[in-house]
Formats: sequence, structure tokens, C-alpha cells
Amino acid sequence: MAGAKERVLRRRIASVNSTKKITRAMELIAATRVVKAMQRANEARPYATQITTVIENLAAGGAAANHPLLRQPEQVNRVGIIAIAGDRGLAGPYNAGVIRAAEKQLDGARIDGADYALILCGKKTNDYFRFRGFDIAESYEGMSDSPTYEDARTVANRVMEMFTAGDVDRVELIYTEFVSMGTQRVTVRRFLPLESTESMATGGSVDDGGALAEFEFEPSPDGVLQSLLPRYVEARLYGAMLDAAASEHANRQRAMKAATDNAEELKLKLTREMNSVRQEAITTEIMEIVGGAEALADDRGSSSDLLLDHLVPAHLFPDHPDQRDPHFRKHHV
Amino acid sequence: MPLQVELVSPERLLYEGESTEVLARTVEGEIGFLPGHIPFVGILLPGVVQVYTGDGIQKIAVHSGFIELANDHLTLLSDVAELAGDIDVDRARAALERAEQSLAADADDADAQAAKARAEARLSASGTAD
Repeated sequence: MAGAKERVLRRRIASVNSTKKITRAMELIAATRVVKAMQRANEARPYATQITTVIENLAAGGAAANHPLLRQPEQVNRVGIIAIAGDRGLAGPYNAGVIRAAEKQLDGARIDGADYALILCGKKTNDYFRFRGFDIAESYEGMSDSPTYEDARTVANRVMEMFTAGDVDRVELIYTEFVSMGTQRVTVRRFLPLESTESMATGGSVDDGGALAEFEFEPSPDGVLQSLLPRYVEARLYGAMLDAAASEHANRQRAMKAATDNAEELKLKLTREMNSVRQEAITTEIMEIVGGAEALADDRGSSSDLLLDHLVPAHLFPDHPDQRDPHFRKHHV
Repeated sequence: MPLQVELVSPERLLYEGESTEVLARTVEGEIGFLPGHIPFVGILLPGVVQVYTGDGIQKIAVHSGFIELANDHLTLLSDVAELAGDIDVDRARAALERAEQSLAADADDADAQAAKARAEARLSASGTAD
């Protein structure tokens, strides 16, 4: 009898508690991963800055911008969309944010009357777009947690192939920028054709011909640029992937922290409810016992036949205060 | 003033130090850098870059990449690079043998040629080339 309700609540508390343990563990794991991911992003920075410097120098040295990756299409027939998100969920709004931004780009392409080519990194985006019947050009999985340069190269090479072959005329890159531990922002960047280099190259030719123009190139500015641009594209994608990984872990940490807090709150609420239910049950039980005893007393027909006389009979407890002070009882009876 | 040398791979900074002289191989041939060299950008060939430091020579096996020098600041940008101390000699030997075997079968195999150049660069950097 002792509370079917109480038993149910007890079971729910146990289940909330084990959920809390899981989310807490996930939170801690994400916390260490986010530190690692940030460290990797920092380690990758020197290469990115250096390669940009070299390109700037090349532009200043008058490298001609006729590389296929710099081709500015007259008309955009097909837009490539690279969406970088996670393989796993439970990361708050992380995946949804990227998916929403990608859909916006899709709509934008459609409005311009262009076709689209989806290049998806991460299982979640892939699931979403496949389920909705979108045409997926390429999809990659298993690189969202801790992307390597090899991963970035695989994706970047495929995208460059599509672009140079004229499969796509423009490529947009969507990823989550890691601004700080507290802020991550979904960002859309023009990936191809390279716009910055082009502007840099033209800006370089108007340069006043200062110290930078004295650069010596082997074999030639164009030759270096030819082999440098693909590396530059790879490095950019790699940087985006590292940012996305750090953002994913930071988002997951936050989401799991919220889940842990909620579980704690729910546990407290359920415990209170359970206690009041249990108290109610105990009160009811006492009432039943008292009621039963009084009914028994009524049966005997004697008004002086109190429960105490049964609990503390005079022949067993001669020293009991009730027995020693008959006035006390008389007074009450 | 000595040269400031940095070896940077996409994933991290591999080496940083001062040097009096750096020897490298670009597509145009061998080139040496002394402090005060004019600004330079070149494409590296698979091979060994020798960095003369005060204590000796730091050899680096590079498989592809770029070299940039400006204001006595020399940067090696490389997708794949290994410091002499980090090279697995046995693996490099095995790779060289494999590459030679496939070259014996097909002399025009570009992959095998590249693999052979890489393995030779590794062995020569580690100082164990024949």
C-alpha cells in the first residue's frame, strides 16, 4: 500500500539522476576537448598567417592573376555550398545553426536561378538534407571532432576540382566561427573564387614599389602563385574546420551544463513531491491505526478503556508514571 | 644579426631557431641564404634543408613547400616536413625499397617517383643515406 505513487516517483528520481550523471560526464569531456581544439587552432595559426604574407608579397611582386582558382565567372549557374557541422548531436543549436544558414544559401541560389551543389561535412547535416530529398554532391563524416590537415586537403581538393572543371561557379563556406568560449557565430564566407588574392594582386601592381617589390622569386611570381594558391585554399578550409571543431565542443559543453542543471532542479522537485506523498501516506496510516484502536475501544463499551492501558498494563509497568499518579489519570478521565 | 628560421607545417610550428646559414633546394637549384639576403620566395623540391646553428647543423627533410625570406626572417612552409631527429629510418628505408620496386616495374610511375624522392630526402636528412 505504501504509495504506488511514491514508488513511481522514486523510480523517476533514479532515472533523472542517472541521466544527470551522463550529461555531467559529457560536459566534462567536452570541456577538455574544447581546450585541445583551441590549442590546435592556435598551433595552426602561424602557417595561415605566413601563407597569407607570401601571397601578399607575390601580389606586390606583380604575380598575374590568371590562375583557374581566381576565375571570376560571368554568370553563376551552380553554387557550391560547403557546410561544416558535427557528426553528433547533443550540442545545443550548433548543427541547426549551420543547417539554417545553408538553407538560406540554397534559397539565395534558387532565387538567382542557379543550381546548387551541397558539400557536407558532418553526419548531422548529411542526415538533414538527405531526409528532405536534397541533392548532395559530396558528404564527409568522421572529421568533425578533431580534423586533420589531411581531412581538409581531401575536401578542398574535391571542391577545387569541381570549381576548375566548371562544375560550380562559386563556392560558399558555412561554418561556426569560434570567437571565444562564450561566443560562437555561424559564418558564411566566399570560398571560391578567391576574392582577396585578386584584390591583393591588383592592389599590388599599384603599389609604390617599396621594399616589398624587391622580392626575388624562384621560379617566377606566377610559378610560385600557381602552386601556392591550392595550399592557401587548403589552409583556409583547415582553419575553418578547426574553428568548427572548437565551436562544436564549446556548444556541447554549454548544452550539457544546462542539461545537468535542469536534471538537478528536476531531481529536487521530484524529491520534494515524493516526500510530501510519503508524509501523506504515513499520516493516513496513523489515522487508520488510531481509528482502528478507537473502534476496538468502542467495541469493549468502556469509556475508560484507553489505548495506553493496553500499551502499558499496570501489572507489567508498576513504576510507570501513569500508575504512580492515579490523580493524573483521574484528572483527565 | 643571424637569420631567424621557422619551420611551419599546417598543423603546427615544427621548429624555430637562429641560424648563420641555410641551404635549401628549390626548383631552380641549390640556394644558400646568409644574413642580409634579399627578400626571396621559392618553391622547395623534396630534399634536405640544412640549417647551420651555433651548435651544428639541423637537417630537415621537406617533401614539398615554400621558402620565404624577408628581413632576415626565413620561413619554411611545408605540408610534410620532418626534423632529422624525428625520422623513422627503418620506415624510410622500407618506403624507398617499395618505391624502387614499383619503379622497376614501371619507370614512369609518378607516385613511385615522388615516394622515392621523399624517402631519399628522409634518409639523407637523418644522415643514414648510403
